[in-house]
Amino acid sequence: MLLSILLDVNLAIMGAGIGAGLVAIGAGIGIGKIGGSAMEAMARQPESAGKIQTAMLIIAALVEVIALFGIVLNFMISLKT
Amino acid sequence: MIFKNLSINTLIVRSIVLILTFSTFFLNVSLAKPIDDNTEPGEAFNPGDMIMHHILDSHVWHFWDGHYGTIYLPVILYSNERGLEVFSSSNFFDDHHNIVEYNGYKLVDEHISLLEGGSVFDLSITKNVAALFMNAIAMLIVFIGVAQGFKKNKGKAPSGIQSVFEPIIIYIRDEVIKPNIGKGYEKFVPYLLSLFFFIWFGNIIGLLPGAANLTGNISVTLVLAAITFVITNYNGNATYWKHIFWTPGVPLPLRVLILPVELIGVITKPISLTIRLFVAISAGHIVILSLIAMAFIFHSWAVGIGSSVIIVFISLIEILVATIQAYVFTIFTAVYIGTATQEAH
Repeated sequence: MLLSILLDVNLAIMGAGIGAGLVAIGAGIGIGKIGGSAMEAMARQPESAGKIQTAMLIIAALVEVIALFGIVLNFMISLKT
Repeated sequence: MIFKNLSINTLIVRSIVLILTFSTFFLNVSLAKPIDDNTEPGEAFNPGDMIMHHILDSHVWHFWDGHYGTIYLPVILYSNERGLEVFSSSNFFDDHHNIVEYNGYKLVDEHISLLEGGSVFDLSITKNVAALFMNAIAMLIVFIGVAQGFKKNKGKAPSGIQSVFEPIIIYIRDEVIKPNIGKGYEKFVPYLLSLFFFIWFGNIIGLLPGAANLTGNISVTLVLAAITFVITNYNGNATYWKHIFWTPGVPLPLRVLILPVELIGVITKPISLTIRLFVAISAGHIVILSLIAMAFIFHSWAVGIGSSVIIVFISLIEILVATIQAYVFTIFTAVYIGTATQEAH
């Protein structure tokens, strides 16, 4: 009986929702740290602000892709009926 | 507004940009038809199906519900039993747009198989193949123009479309390819430039309304990563292979342990390239489509207008993501080729 409760597909959909939230936390922390250190570096040396901004955008894209990977997987789980 | 100070080219480009930007508002209207006309009472709007239909490949190119709204792309099949057959995919649909079997073939979930239960080699011109041709034609038009401008303006300042693309080409060559590959970088410049512009144009074309999700298709990104894999390992020199199989500077027993790790590393580099581009582009499209679906789930004008404003801003971010993902793919490929061809230090 416990196994039939655990195998209920609604639990999987709930798990997908929780997973999407956790993925958002991960992306937020990662990109927040990148942005924070970029701000700090730009404040220390304003003339290199352009280079720092370019590098920040590129690394933010890399971190964001990992978050989007989690989003896509959770989305596909939530489509299962 | 004073228009006489702007050249006609600027006016055309600006009006196209404005039309494309505001077309995201009207995309909601074009999607509104399937809800009202084709839905039987009791059949609710299924956002998952709508989103998946726009992300995945398809044998027809569907613009709007109506007699002329669908382009029926050709189906090209090869099987051992039936040989090569070419026909229009409109044969698979009857008058009410239900899927029917045709001539011994059946179409299930965009997968064609024989009625008797065999498999066929599906070489059809699907939506993504047609978008790939469009991408290739766009690149040919742009770069033949750039090359002719370069020939015409030898020694002078660039003009026309050459002035847009030549700084980008020089930037990629001098800041991405040359520092990462070092000596002998000229061999790889054509491939890396083609890679960058193919991915960039493919990403941007995928963002237009009604377009196909070309670079968000894992097959396309897999092929690009596979070509990178082949080029990297074909040009690997002795130092590169020595680093993988018999790592120098490490005690002997550890070298045997490092060998499988290094081999996995050789495989994971193209896999990461594949997944990164596929996920970045597909997830961007899923986000935009989910916001459009919100208006249909809530059946409310206010939600529709609000989500349209958000969609405009997210589409602008997606344009940035399109450029960044093309740049990231190119620079990682350049780094991998650089590590494979660099001399011992």
